[in-house]
Amino acid sequence: MEKTWNNKAWFLVLPVLVLVAFSAVIPLMTVVNYSVQDTFGNNVFFWAGTEWFEELLSSSRFWEAMVRNLIFSFIILAIEVPLGIFIALNMPKKGWGVPVCLVLMALPLLIPWNVVGTIWQVFGRNDIGLLGYYVNALGIDYNYVQDPFDAWVTVIIMDVWHWTSLVVLLCYAGLVSIPDAFYQAAKIDGASRWAVFRYIQLPKMNRVLLIAVLLRFMDSFMIYTEPFVVTGGGPGNSTTFLSIDLVKTALGQFDLGPAAAMSLVYFLIVLLLSWVFYTVMTNYDAER
Amino acid sequence: MNFDLTWMAWTWPTAAFFGTILLLLCGMAAWEYASPGGNPRVGVLRFETTRGDRLFLSLLGSAFIHLAWLGLVGSNLWWALALSVVYAVGVFRYV
Repeated sequence: MEKTWNNKAWFLVLPVLVLVAFSAVIPLMTVVNYSVQDTFGNNVFFWAGTEWFEELLSSSRFWEAMVRNLIFSFIILAIEVPLGIFIALNMPKKGWGVPVCLVLMALPLLIPWNVVGTIWQVFGRNDIGLLGYYVNALGIDYNYVQDPFDAWVTVIIMDVWHWTSLVVLLCYAGLVSIPDAFYQAAKIDGASRWAVFRYIQLPKMNRVLLIAVLLRFMDSFMIYTEPFVVTGGGPGNSTTFLSIDLVKTALGQFDLGPAAAMSLVYFLIVLLLSWVFYTVMTNYDAER
Repeated sequence: MNFDLTWMAWTWPTAAFFGTILLLLCGMAAWEYASPGGNPRVGVLRFETTRGDRLFLSLLGSAFIHLAWLGLVGSNLWWALALSVVYAVGVFRYV
């Protein structure tokens, strides 16, 4: 039978198009316009051409922030994904423990970013913070305000504390969707715990793991509030990630042109990575 | 109503840039109307792409070609534009 095509349905997406235009397209156009000009305020602009892009691409400050951001994303993925899988595998699948664990896991996700930052800022202080005080009492010299390594450790632990739950919940959703018949078949075959994980649980979690990796990578690549509240990008520039650098340029220095150029490069990188993740996910689905 | 758009800081080059993108989108819509279905195929990337995917890849790649040219060569972008056109033709032909 011939399929009926009705293009009037396209009008139904018009409201979304208008919303996206106002929330994304028009601001993006404005950023592109700003990126080739300079301003001192009062809506007076001077043509600068590609100057801000050239300046940005030769700026060590920008590349250092980029490398820091990539290292940060890599570290938190390397910790949160295996840890999330481990916790999900050990969570109860039946009984009263299920809602308790789910609520406990969801708690960190419900706390606003700036509150998480404030909690860890106080928690890590070596004069009044529980963590900072006792770590120093154990003889370990810990001071995230002065030592870049300690600042990194604090920011990473904070992110792991805040976001591992998301990986746990996604993996748990994948695990509980596996029918019991799979486990029964594995038991009959005498499969080891590792074999059950490798050949039953991991393949069934693949899709949710991809979503978890995508979400955590994008979030960590755009991270701003938590490290800004805890370290303010310091000591020095040691925890200045791309978004912190961008805000410093745009709002701290009011350099709208260079900030717009940086935003566009940042946007293009995020767009490329999103496309790569999206392609991997959709092709994985198609293969299945 | 006041339609003052000075805050958007429009310039002729950026207006021409967005005009070109708009024309490309209109062209793709007309192409889709003339030949519906998006012409899906598996190319050198070993997964299925439609012509919309190929336009996206062309535009994104062109942006990075221009940035690389600015960072590595200089501010004269005509050669980067030519390279981007060659790249886009390659994407539409082989991807």
